[in-house]
Formats: sequence, structure tokens, C-alpha cells
Amino acid sequence: MSRVPFFVRERWELVALAVLAVAPLVVPALGGALGGQVTTLFIYCILALGLNVMVGYTGLVHLGIAAFFGIGAYLVAILTVPMYPFQIGFLAATIVSVLATAGIGLALGAPTLRLRGDYLAIVTLGFGEVVKVTLRNLEQITGGMKGLNPVPPPGAGVKIGGLDLGLAFAIDPRWFYYLALLALAGVVVAMRRLEQSRLGRAWVAVREDELAASAMGISATRVKLSAFAMSSAVAGLAGCLYAASLSTTADPNAYDFNRSIMVLCAVILGGLGSIPGTILGVAILVGFDTVLAPWADSWIQQMNINPTGSSLLSFSGWRLAIFGLALVLVMRYRPEGLVPSRRLAAELHEDHA
Amino acid sequence: MSAQFFLQQCLIGLTNGALVALVALGYTMVYGIIGLINFAHGDLIMLGACLALSLVTAFGLATAGPTATWLGIALLIVACGLFCGSLNVCVARIVYKPLRNAPKRAPLVSAIGVSFIFMNIGLFWIGSSDRSFPELLPSTNLLPVEGLQFTWKDLLVLVVVVPLMLGLSLLVQTTRMGRAMRAVSQDPTAAALVGVDVDRVIAATFFIGGALGGAASVIYGLYINTIGFQMGFQNGLYAFTAAVLGGIGSIPGAVVGGLVIGLVRSLSSAYVGERWTGAIVFAILIVILVFRPEGLLGRRTKEKV
Repeated sequence: MSRVPFFVRERWELVALAVLAVAPLVVPALGGALGGQVTTLFIYCILALGLNVMVGYTGLVHLGIAAFFGIGAYLVAILTVPMYPFQIGFLAATIVSVLATAGIGLALGAPTLRLRGDYLAIVTLGFGEVVKVTLRNLEQITGGMKGLNPVPPPGAGVKIGGLDLGLAFAIDPRWFYYLALLALAGVVVAMRRLEQSRLGRAWVAVREDELAASAMGISATRVKLSAFAMSSAVAGLAGCLYAASLSTTADPNAYDFNRSIMVLCAVILGGLGSIPGTILGVAILVGFDTVLAPWADSWIQQMNINPTGSSLLSFSGWRLAIFGLALVLVMRYRPEGLVPSRRLAAELHEDHA
Repeated sequence: MSAQFFLQQCLIGLTNGALVALVALGYTMVYGIIGLINFAHGDLIMLGACLALSLVTAFGLATAGPTATWLGIALLIVACGLFCGSLNVCVARIVYKPLRNAPKRAPLVSAIGVSFIFMNIGLFWIGSSDRSFPELLPSTNLLPVEGLQFTWKDLLVLVVVVPLMLGLSLLVQTTRMGRAMRAVSQDPTAAALVGVDVDRVIAATFFIGGALGGAASVIYGLYINTIGFQMGFQNGLYAFTAAVLGGIGSIPGAVVGGLVIGLVRSLSSAYVGERWTGAIVFAILIVILVFRPEGLLGRRTKEKV
């Protein structure tokens, strides 16, 4: 590590941000479908960072983060789609939905946070199912399985010096790329600041030992509630961006337990409580589905290993087993994740310290 | 909406609930002993159902005579029970045992991983689409009352579930192993100090919980008649809800919770609409947890230092 220049080691975010900011100008493919995929990747990173507040910093297992992702997406859609009278524009709608998801998080958290850890996990799981079923069934409001669309692009109708901003967003995916990157950078900076703030340290203290933390004068309930609200708000923000970038909320199954679990896997795989770890975890999971699996499948097809088309010999047929095995192995041999937060690694390897 | 309709729904609910309770026992026993939410339990039952389907097909049970059918079902339950029990013990030994001193989320996340692996095995075993499980039992009504249905299938559920539950409670209340289980669930260290072989007790718990799940998988196939590689998640969720509802770790609690969930499901499907059932079950779960976190029959536990 000592040969890596100081600014790379300590300021990896700035280097990554610079590279990602220049990339669309250099790589023309980002103006096409690839740009959309990378945008989705950024949005999942935001979602995972939101989950990380609860699972990583505060140590509360949350199995329904996709519900808040979905609520954010549907709220922003309701506030902007033509079929409703609001149409208040993307920015205002995002602010309203983020505040509202935080409020819903508080409303769910307030009565349930005194539950023991496992029960809380199950309450969040149950809430996720309730939200999914409700979104699917309230057809008059949510459009049922069709979802709500079209969600207008951000800045629709706004003209800056002859440039129609909404049109620009609709035509060139790089606009969304930059919007999502900006939001991700904002969330990363906010998380960095939070980690070192009084509240962030209180989160970790409650994770380490709730009883000791309360003895030191920390109100465990209030600290956990704030983590719940923060998680929900950030997940809601990710949902707003998601709906806007797809210009639809998609169908409610996009916000089911599978999505929650995959985000949780990303956080755990990358490293609980670690910002670079969380981002790496998302990159690995999304990369597996969008890059590695299609590539391996087409390679198998080219080599003619699988002439009968059996799922046993296709790479993507093994997807679940590979994820499952990865989770089991990481928990067994590297429970702190691939890029651990220093504090958690020290805690888990006390004997070596 | 006559009284008869209501009674019929209750009957369906109780039969369904008995099946849920059998699965819930697997959750509650494992939780009682090592404090793990065994996320893979539902998918273990899915694998049991896959084995049952393969055996039914291989031995041509669908075309056998009535005596052979009942004998075949009994053998099927034994085979799937052994299979699921042994598989559960293997997983416990390989995956959860090394994590016994790790933070609590480690085994929980591993269980989610195991559930993924099971699902993938099921996917290879029976394919990605739902498979129909052959109707082995005649659908004649056994009740003399007009308008109330209670068929051989419903009878099968009760004939299997009730003795298994009685046997389990006898085992836990009266045998040496049962006493050891109760001791370990109260305090593993103290149990080990007085000579209880904790590893054996844990293995036995996983085996019994898995075996009950194996029996449930056969009944599920015969009763619901459709199996698929994703059936484990939904059914596991309902059963787990039942276990929590009754008070997780409590065996009578799992039975009561299972029956309540079964009733809620059938009544809400009948009076509110099938598509809201999932939401109603979980909303009730959240409400109960908020007002009575220890469940209906659970003990209130103080957080220890």
C-alpha cells in the first residue's frame, strides 16, 4: 500500500469522481445503452449507501429497503405524470418524496424499533411485502402491473439559452448519467460527513453495544430512529432517480424482496459500514448480471459446449448458487466484507490486533 | 355469505394452518436452540417436494391401487423426512457450526445464501416453471352435510400433522433428548457444563425440524398440487410469520400461530380478496409484534448485559 500515492489512497472518491466525470466525453458508448446501464448502477449505489446507514453503521438488519425505493419512485411519478393534476416538476417532486419517505420510515420505525434485532428484520420484510402488494393492487392510483408512466424527464419545459432541458434529458442518456453521478457524489460526501459527526458515532456506538451506549447518555431509540429515517430518505432519493431515468415506475415487482436482498448482499459482500465497500459490492453484483453472465453465456454458446441448451451448462443458470455460495464463503472467511471499514475489521479480528 | 360459507372457510383455514404449523415448527425449534432465523427452511421443503415428485413419477404412484397409494404416501413421507432432516443436519454442520461465535448476522446471511443454493438446485431439479403434482387421493366429500367439503386430502393433512405434533411434544417433554434440548435452549453453556452434548442436541434439533419439513413437503404436494422452485420463499415466509406470531422458540406457539395464519389467509381470501392476503397477513404480523413482541404464547425476555 505504501507505494500508492497519498492522494489516491486517501482521496479515492475524488479520483473516481474525476474519472467518471470525464468518461462520457471520452467513451462514446456512454451516450448509448451503456450510459443507461451505468446510470442504473449509480442509482443502486445510492440505494445501497442508504441501506448501509441501517445495516452497516447502526447494525439493524433491514430486509425491506426496496419498499422505500419503490415509495420514492411512485411518489415522484404521482407528482409529475400527466394523469395527475400535480405535475410540480422533478426537483420539487424529489424533495417532497424524499421527505415523505423519511416520514414513512419514521412512522414504521417509531413503534417497531424497540423490537429485538430478528423481529425488526421480519417487520421490515413484512412491510416490504405489504408495500409491494399494495402497489400492485391499488390500480386506480398506481396503475397496477403497468406502473405509472410516462414520468417526464427532469427539467421538462425549462429552457436555458435555447436548450430545452427536458428534451436534452430525453435524447441523450449522458444527462441522466451526470445527474445520477452528481447525486451519488452528494450522497457519498454526506455519508463521509455523517460518519464523523456526533450522530454517526452514536450510530456505531449503538451497534457496538446498545446498553453501554445508553449508559453514556445516548438515546438509543432516537439514534436508531434517525438511522431508519436516513436510510429511508436515501432509498427514496434513489427511487426518484430510478423512476425518472426509466421514465416509468416499472411494475411493482421491481421493488420486491429479491431487490431488497440483492442490495443487502451488495452491502454485506462489499463491507458493512464501508462506503467504498458498498459501492464495490453493487458494482460486483450488477457487473455479474449485466457483464459477466451474458459474456460467459455467449462464450459457452460460441464454444458449442452446450448444444442441447441445458440450463446446467449455461452460466446464468448457476446465478443463484454462485450468489449463495459467495454469501456463505464471505460470512465464513471474511465477515467484514471485501473492503471493510477499519473499525469493523478490527472488531471482528480482535485476536490479531 | 352464509354461516355455512364461513364454516367452510374456517375448515379450509384450519387444514391449511395445520400445514403451516408443521413448517413453522422447523423455524421455531432451530430458533429456540441457536437463535437463528433459518431462512433456508422454506427452500429445504421445496427440495423435499421435488424429491416427492420424482419418487411419485419414478414409482408410478399415480396409477396404483388405493392400498398401494396409502402405503406409498407413508413411505414418501418417511423418505422425504429422512432426506430433508439429513440435508438440514449437513447444512448445520458445514455452514452454521463454524459461525457459532460470530456476530448474529453471520449465520442469518449464510442462511440466505443457503436458501439461494437450494433454490438453484430446485431449479435444476424440476425446471423453472411450476410443475403439477399428481392427484393421488379421490376428492369425495367425507362430511354428510350439504355444502361443507372435507375430502381425503384434508383428512390426510390432519392424519399426518396431528400425530407428528403430539409425538414432538412427547419427545420434548418426556425424553432425555427433549430435556437436553430444553436445557440447551435456556443456556447452552450451563447445559454443556452439566454434561449435555450440545453439538448432538443441535444436530438432533436440525434433523427433527428438517424431517417435519420433509413430511410437510409431501403433504404440500398432495394438498396444493402445484410445486415450483420458488415456492419455498412464500411458504417459508408464512410459516415464519406463524412462528413469530405464536412466540418464536415456543412449540405450542408455532402450532397456534400456524392455525391463526391459516384462518387469516382463508378468511381474507374469501371476504377481502385473494390478492390482498399477503398484505393482510404481514400487516397483522406487524401489529402483533408492536403490541405483543413476545408473540401470543412466548415468554417475555429481558435483554441481558
